[in-house]
Amino acid sequence: MQHREAQLYGVMAEFETVRQFLHAAEQVRDAGYKHMDAYAPFPVEGLTEALGLGRNKVALVTLLGGLCGGLGGFGFEYWVNVISYPMNVAGRPLNSWPAFIPVTFELTILGASLSAVFGMLALNKLPQPHHPLFNVARFKRASNDKFFLCIESHDPKFHLEETARFMQSVNAQHVTEVRDED
Amino acid sequence: MSDALPANNPPLNHPEIRRLTPVIAPGHTYESVTATISDVVIKRPLGLGWFAGFALAFTFLMVLTVAVAWLIAKGVGIWGINIPIGWGFAIVNFVWWIGIGHAGTLISAILFLLNQKWRTSINRFAEAMTLFAVACAGIFPLIHTGRPWMAYYMFPYPSTMGIWPQFRSPLIWDVFAVSTYGTVSLLFWFVGLIPDLATLRDRAPQKWQQMIFGALALGWRGSARHWHRYQSAYMLLAGLATPLVLSVHTVVSFDFSVAIVPGWHTTIFPPYFVAGAIYSGFAMVLTIAIPLRKAYGLEDFITMRHLENMAKVMLATGLIVAYGYFFEFFMAEYSGNKFDVFLVNQRLHGPYAPYYYALILCNILTPQLLWIQKVRRNIAALFVMSLVINTGMWLERFVIVVISLTRDFMPSAWGRYSATVWDYATFAGTLGLFTTLLFLFCRALPAIAMAEMRELVAHTSKDHD
Repeated sequence: MQHREAQLYGVMAEFETVRQFLHAAEQVRDAGYKHMDAYAPFPVEGLTEALGLGRNKVALVTLLGGLCGGLGGFGFEYWVNVISYPMNVAGRPLNSWPAFIPVTFELTILGASLSAVFGMLALNKLPQPHHPLFNVARFKRASNDKFFLCIESHDPKFHLEETARFMQSVNAQHVTEVRDED
Repeated sequence: MSDALPANNPPLNHPEIRRLTPVIAPGHTYESVTATISDVVIKRPLGLGWFAGFALAFTFLMVLTVAVAWLIAKGVGIWGINIPIGWGFAIVNFVWWIGIGHAGTLISAILFLLNQKWRTSINRFAEAMTLFAVACAGIFPLIHTGRPWMAYYMFPYPSTMGIWPQFRSPLIWDVFAVSTYGTVSLLFWFVGLIPDLATLRDRAPQKWQQMIFGALALGWRGSARHWHRYQSAYMLLAGLATPLVLSVHTVVSFDFSVAIVPGWHTTIFPPYFVAGAIYSGFAMVLTIAIPLRKAYGLEDFITMRHLENMAKVMLATGLIVAYGYFFEFFMAEYSGNKFDVFLVNQRLHGPYAPYYYALILCNILTPQLLWIQKVRRNIAALFVMSLVINTGMWLERFVIVVISLTRDFMPSAWGRYSATVWDYATFAGTLGLFTTLLFLFCRALPAIAMAEMRELVAHTSKDHD
């Protein structure tokens, strides 16, 4: 029994339309389930609110990356021209800052973009080639035309039969158990 | 609507009818969108037409390898450049290619921020076009250095010589601008591809396809939490790419305008270079979109509305470019600087005047036909127009580079420039590289963003849900 519990990932329900899907997500949230996720073939408007997800940290990571790029870029140019190898070019000031702006700007954008993308992937814990959901054959359509809700087994309210019955009651087209078959 | 439309005979030119011309043909479902786009990649066999086109493109790519190999063996002397004309085709082609790339970023970033739904079906291959154009552009300054194996000197690395790149020089700004642009374009493109790669992974019939697409999809499973962060990242990237794309051609124009050469030293250069870049880029998007939609039956997704909108963007940016040409003349005459006055007159009456008149014909006169709706909705006319504009924009860079360098301050330092067969071979070769990559792209990856198209289906069929 203990072994079986460890393998159970959750209960997954499948939906045909956006409207049913959103409605069900709200009901699951209102029923008090905390550990669940929704899966859709495109970003569904209103799903974030329906699941009660707060703000994410991608913007903060991007800002920090941009600041590092910009300050690092300008700081480096300053260090090169004023400290490491000061060179008098036609009497111009060593710290000729207006000429340093284009590179500073480009490095700001570069730092922000790299941290936006890699920050987003890291926060999403991607790449992650294996996931229990991929064991369910029907889940292939989550990248095409079907919408899925999964209540995870470590939710305090989770109970295999009751949760499955609850999923049926929110008009799911199909309900299945998800197991991690290692 | 104050004036009602007659039911039996709707006027096709009515603004309301045109506003409602769909960005996706009616009757499509999530599944039909996915199937139409992904089958081109995972199911459809390679046809004779594809092989013929690919073979031709690949032949030109081989021309590039020969031209570059010969250049590395013999040095830049095989080109037509000589002092005072040190820049020649290499820089003309560099500016032309990098400009073409700009439309891809404009479509994917700026139109995204402006919430223009029609961008959805053209952004993917426009971004691919950007990447391939930047790849072609990057080759030219690299081989123009004469010793491309020393190109790493331009990057600031701690060398035993203890010296650094000259950060006050626009040429170093260019290195940073173009390499940042290439990197960010690649990131933007890849982020957009992740959900579509997951779709291909889930639909591919063959094991090897599943493995390749599976590895590239990074395990994407469409989780709401992932989408939430994904959308933030995509929006931020669009916001970052927008000033970036404006800065790249601005920096390219600094290569000219920071110099004191007559005809280059002018403040109109940055805005008019950016407008010209978008102008030529949209022309190239049309050049690619028109055969692509025909060959793979994508007319439902790349509709007449897309083609017409792109024609309108070309018309608008073309007028900005025309304004730039006019102001080059005006400022030269108004400033009274005799070198500038002489230079603009050289454009009209000098040895390269035919190029200038051809430029005016291609870039200013012909595109005025786009004011006529019949022309904007005629696919053949648009295709020809896009080729004419691309030619015109190439001529523009030729006029800027060559006329100024052949006629600067002292008549004793004047010269003439004519390209050699190796100049033409290198240019034709990059066209081969560009088309080879496009041929590979349209069969290896989805040419239209499927996830975004499904979103569009959800929006247009909201009432039926």
